Amino acid sequence: MEINQVIEKTARDAYGRLLSYLAVNWRDLQAVEDAIGDAFLAALESWPKAGIPDKPEAWLVTAARRRLIDRARRTRISESALPTLLAMSEDAQRLTSSSADFPDDFPDERLRMMFLCTHPTIDAVMRTPLMLQTVLGIDAARIASAFITKPSTMSQRLTRAKAKIRAERLTFDMPDPEEIPDRLEPVLEAIYAAYGSGWDEAAIADSPRRGLAEEAIYLGKLLLPFAPREPEVYGLLALMLHCEARRTARHDDEGNYIPLSLQDCTRWEQRLIMEAERYLHTASQAGRVGRFQLMAAIQSVHAQRLRTGRIEWAAIAQLYEGLVRLSPALGALVGRSAAVAEAYGPEHGIVLLEAIPSDEAVNYQPYWALAGHLYKQMHREEEARSAYSRAIGLSTDASVRHFLQRQDAKI
Amino acid sequence: MSYTLMFYESQEDFAARTDPARQEDYLAGWTHYVRALHEAGIVVFGSGLYAPETAATMKRHGGETVVQDGPFPETKEQLGGIMVIDVPDIDTALEWAARAPVDTVEVRQNIPALH
Repeated sequence: MEINQVIEKTARDAYGRLLSYLAVNWRDLQAVEDAIGDAFLAALESWPKAGIPDKPEAWLVTAARRRLIDRARRTRISESALPTLLAMSEDAQRLTSSSADFPDDFPDERLRMMFLCTHPTIDAVMRTPLMLQTVLGIDAARIASAFITKPSTMSQRLTRAKAKIRAERLTFDMPDPEEIPDRLEPVLEAIYAAYGSGWDEAAIADSPRRGLAEEAIYLGKLLLPFAPREPEVYGLLALMLHCEARRTARHDDEGNYIPLSLQDCTRWEQRLIMEAERYLHTASQAGRVGRFQLMAAIQSVHAQRLRTGRIEWAAIAQLYEGLVRLSPALGALVGRSAAVAEAYGPEHGIVLLEAIPSDEAVNYQPYWALAGHLYKQMHREEEARSAYSRAIGLSTDASVRHFLQRQDAKI
Repeated sequence: MSYTLMFYESQEDFAARTDPARQEDYLAGWTHYVRALHEAGIVVFGSGLYAPETAATMKRHGGETVVQDGPFPETKEQLGGIMVIDVPDIDTALEWAARAPVDTVEVRQNIPALH
């Protein structure tokens, strides 16, 4: 492997761990990011000449720490942090000289970092971007595209969030064990937001965040060893993996979008479905149901079509009922209407759909797509055309738009 | 605040406007999109533009006026239409840009009128 590739790989694998470890002690995220950036630059200069160190990560921590100490001496504003840094430097020296492998020896502080990114005082919409950047090292431009935001605006918001963490001295401390379930909730929300938060296949296919799916699953798996008794962590993973299993089945060879109930299930990825089912099973053992477990269970019922050849819509409708009771989000309300329509007829589904306040649904694509579908089945042609038109106008993905146009043409 | 969405179309998009085989699909894409914008109650003004080869461009070179046929600048993608919308911020304007039936949309804030 080329030196540059080694550095790149090290950066990708270790970035979040390095950043979290240093930030927990130094508490100035921006300064730590700069220091790590400098450390990677130094590696690019030094490694080709001196060779790749035995413990590249420990080398990088040492280099980054040195930058931080230099900076502190130069600016004299952070001298109170010097004792901590000097203690860390001893740590790092011990690491470099010890024979143990990096992963066992290096405290993994990424969970603390995730708790910090989802701290109640951090603006809810900035939690996912902050987590993507600090834990995974994803750059602001890519995050901005995933959230359809101006890149310079995203950068400014990230910088402001980091400044807030420093200014308000937000704590990096781990919550008490009894607080963990409550503090996990926003972490799970943030990971789910990275996944794309779609209630159905069309919403996922239509989401600009579908490119972050692997990263979201990575974050979910990262969380697992830290919260082995929290069923919602397993539920979220099961949900994401079930959806991921259908990635290739979502479009045919010509690129046409295929809705879930018409997908060729032999194109689903078995390995991911089994993994999802294992997580869901583990979650159910805890005996504490939650929204992610319910959403995963809905996907699990769909996955059963592979074995049974049919979709148990009544079971799905019942799961949605539970979901709506737990959290009546717009997506859950629309999903329930769809399932009830399939199980008991469109006239039952449309009653639930029309009960959703129209000001909430005005720009919500899945609402209009379902309305078009149900009106069409009920032979209310005029309303069907109008609803499909709204759905097409609100879609961002060309394949979803074309699918809806084909449905519209069939009226 | 008001923002202008500038829709850039490829040569193929412009051709689809008049190609009998593709015209209906092409126009329908716009009809649905413009309808969603109107239903959202954010439209200030909007208009499609005739194809770039119908354009005339006035240019001044060192005080001398030159009028030429065609658009400025001459690139693969050309302005095909604009939509002025009234939305709270550029994030919302970009969200609407993402729904447009073309692949390139430039978004800029409008300078408020001087009174």
